[in-house]
Amino acid sequence: MTHSNEDFFRELHHPDVPVPEGVQSAVAVTSFGKLIDSIYNWGRRNSIWPMSFGLACCAIEMIATASSRFDQARFGMEVLRASPRQADLMIVSGTVTKKMVVPIVRLYNQMSEPKYVLAMGACAIGGGPFKEGYNVVSGIDKYIPVDVYVPGCPPTPQALLHGLIMMQKKIDGQSLSNRNSMPWYGRAPSEEVPMPVLGPDIIDPRQAYLLRREAAATETAADEAEVST
Amino acid sequence: MTEYVQIAETVTPLQGAIHRLEAQFAGAVRRDDREGFSGVIVDSGRLVEVATFARDTLGFSYLSSATAVDYLGKAEGDPLEMVYHTYNLQGGPALVLKARTPRSEATLPSLVGVWPGANFQEREAWDLMGIRFEGHPNLTRILMWEGFNGHPLRKDWHEAYYEEDTKPFDSRWPEGRVSRAEEHNPYGRNVKYPADFALDGYESLAEKALYDAAPMGVHVTDMATDRVVVSMGPQHPSTHGVFRMIATLDGETIVGLEPVMGYLHRNHDKIGERNTFLHNMPFTDRLDYFCSMSNNHGYALAVEQLMALGKRYEPPTYRAEAIRVLMVELTRILNHLVAIGFLLNDLGAYFTPLMYAIIERELILDFFEATSGSRMMCNYMRFGGVAYDLPQRIEGTAALVNDRVRDFDTMHYLRDLINDRLPRAIDQTNDLLTTNEIITNRCIGVGVLTREDAIACSAAGPVLRASGVPYDVRRAEPYSIYPDLEFDVAVRYHGDIYDRYLIRLDEMRQSIRILKQILPILEETKGQPFFAGRGGQYNPRIPAGEAYGRAENPKGELGYYVVSDGGQNPWRYHVRAPSFINLTALEQMCKGHKVADVVAILGSIDIVLGEVDR
Repeated sequence: MTHSNEDFFRELHHPDVPVPEGVQSAVAVTSFGKLIDSIYNWGRRNSIWPMSFGLACCAIEMIATASSRFDQARFGMEVLRASPRQADLMIVSGTVTKKMVVPIVRLYNQMSEPKYVLAMGACAIGGGPFKEGYNVVSGIDKYIPVDVYVPGCPPTPQALLHGLIMMQKKIDGQSLSNRNSMPWYGRAPSEEVPMPVLGPDIIDPRQAYLLRREAAATETAADEAEVST
Repeated sequence: MTEYVQIAETVTPLQGAIHRLEAQFAGAVRRDDREGFSGVIVDSGRLVEVATFARDTLGFSYLSSATAVDYLGKAEGDPLEMVYHTYNLQGGPALVLKARTPRSEATLPSLVGVWPGANFQEREAWDLMGIRFEGHPNLTRILMWEGFNGHPLRKDWHEAYYEEDTKPFDSRWPEGRVSRAEEHNPYGRNVKYPADFALDGYESLAEKALYDAAPMGVHVTDMATDRVVVSMGPQHPSTHGVFRMIATLDGETIVGLEPVMGYLHRNHDKIGERNTFLHNMPFTDRLDYFCSMSNNHGYALAVEQLMALGKRYEPPTYRAEAIRVLMVELTRILNHLVAIGFLLNDLGAYFTPLMYAIIERELILDFFEATSGSRMMCNYMRFGGVAYDLPQRIEGTAALVNDRVRDFDTMHYLRDLINDRLPRAIDQTNDLLTTNEIITNRCIGVGVLTREDAIACSAAGPVLRASGVPYDVRRAEPYSIYPDLEFDVAVRYHGDIYDRYLIRLDEMRQSIRILKQILPILEETKGQPFFAGRGGQYNPRIPAGEAYGRAENPKGELGYYVVSDGGQNPWRYHVRAPSFINLTALEQMCKGHKVADVVAILGSIDIVLGEVDR
């Protein structure tokens, strides 16, 4: 736990209401919404179930983090689920290739909300040492939203643990009264990320307009060349 | 130390073999007489004949590596060249067969009929180089997907983020301003489409091609079972990463199995050609990411062979080699322990045996971290030695709550590890697992690979040796200081999962034996140089030529085929990955078994996806 009791109460406490000194570690006067937020967030932050889903080298350090020496279980995160339906944290642990980004987007869409993504390692963040490769996606955030980035090649288990603690901090900051921070309580289901297509190269449907524009540009260029000859 | 006696005027078995080839196939076989190159160039029309003769009559029955090189602008007619490294299982150097084909209509006869182990490698050559193999049973793309534009390893094919042919790129700092590749790409991403590509109405072939190959549909014949096609992976907890299998089932029995890979294809070969020789060293770490030290060793061997102009490679300095062997053998123990842990994972003992393995792994990684600066990606070896000497003390870098402060004398730490801790861990693994009823029931007699099939499929490492072939590169074509060390080549004869499990225990015990001999050498050579080149100059000039450096990695024979044109960068850099080629035999091992056994069989091969897909 990063929080002591006292910190917990101090954060909850409404600044305008005075509380006698001796009981400050036991009493907090707060708004109802803030109380609900903190209970709701406390429950989620301490039982994050990551998806057991390894991509590359970083996955090995992820396993090391889960094992006895570093012991992810201290943070309530030891239950690695193989099914995306039961997981709420996707640790993208390794190089994302164009071939693999299709299943990753599908898995992300299949996860039930609230869901979080942690990009582990240089490759998942921006392509890393393999960025220039023809089959490498330079960063998973080109396709799905990422909450926490953990740099390193591979990040040490300590770095991953730090990233997970940052993830908990992020959850702490979310509020039920703010729709933007918890979109899954909106009126309609959240929009899915459109599935990339494996064409002559990977095609992101969100970039289709660019593709059409480029095609039109080459066509005009070809026409012009024809006219000039 | 062993003394090597030079006997003059003798014909080595390899020279004899080449003489016989020339006599038998006069006109169709000629020596590769380029400076620094070896082997014979075979007329493509008679390639199958020559290969069959080499296998049956000359005894080169083991195809280690088959790969293609693009000689655009380097040879007359800009040919593509297929290079086959074949070995005699009695030991000795390679007979290298080469066949050339023009790049416009690149076609060669397939050698799958001679060496079934060529199957995946020829598919790779088709995928990346665009050489069509006549007579190949299933010539489809293997690492990229069906429908991908072009054959990326050809020299005239440029990737989306292409800047220059070789590093260091000047284009990154034009006029003192940093410039990134994505800024020049119209999509802002690592993508590139052919000029005539039309998005509307496009249908992706990638998945369709996979299922078209599998016999889909319901076949109700004599039994009332349906034939079902199941896709397993790439996200599956038992496929050891992003491996995928398309299994055709009759009821619950496997009748066909097609491995699908490329989900971690990170383009080592293409990036390796852009990099300088030294640049590639950290990239080798990321091939088999359990065994970065052994990967370093294989690559260092290949480049040192180039530096020695193809002559028998000599250890750079004795201390450097002793340190290398120390690292490599520790890696072997680490890898096998974890491999057994993962195998048990697949057999249903979820995570617990792996936890035991990881405890020992952490101890070894502490030593690696103290020596090289990194836990996993060590990037430790250099051409002509290693980057640093062993440290005096192993000190704590992690101040974790549950971690005791670490400060040990290195030699004391190693002695403790090698004489006491690791043997105990191996014995413990043996005590807890070997006679376990579930393990014996599920492993004995399952996934059998016969001796003949193992050789034909080019299986390597523990998979080959568990099938009764005592072939170990450390003995067959000795490198480093292995000739001075005493150890046995572990061999088992049943070729089932159980033997592949037992042989890993045997090999770990042999590694302990080697390590015990290394310890006094390290004491004796203390203070001697650990790097043979000039101080700190790690990027030497590499003469033109070719080299095939092979090392016995924990997963099997790891080979690096490097072609140099005398420049700063390799002209061709190819990795012969043991995990990749061991998968050739997977379907054979799985046929007739149940779905649950596939998982165990795959676990017993011990693949790592970084190496399968490269």
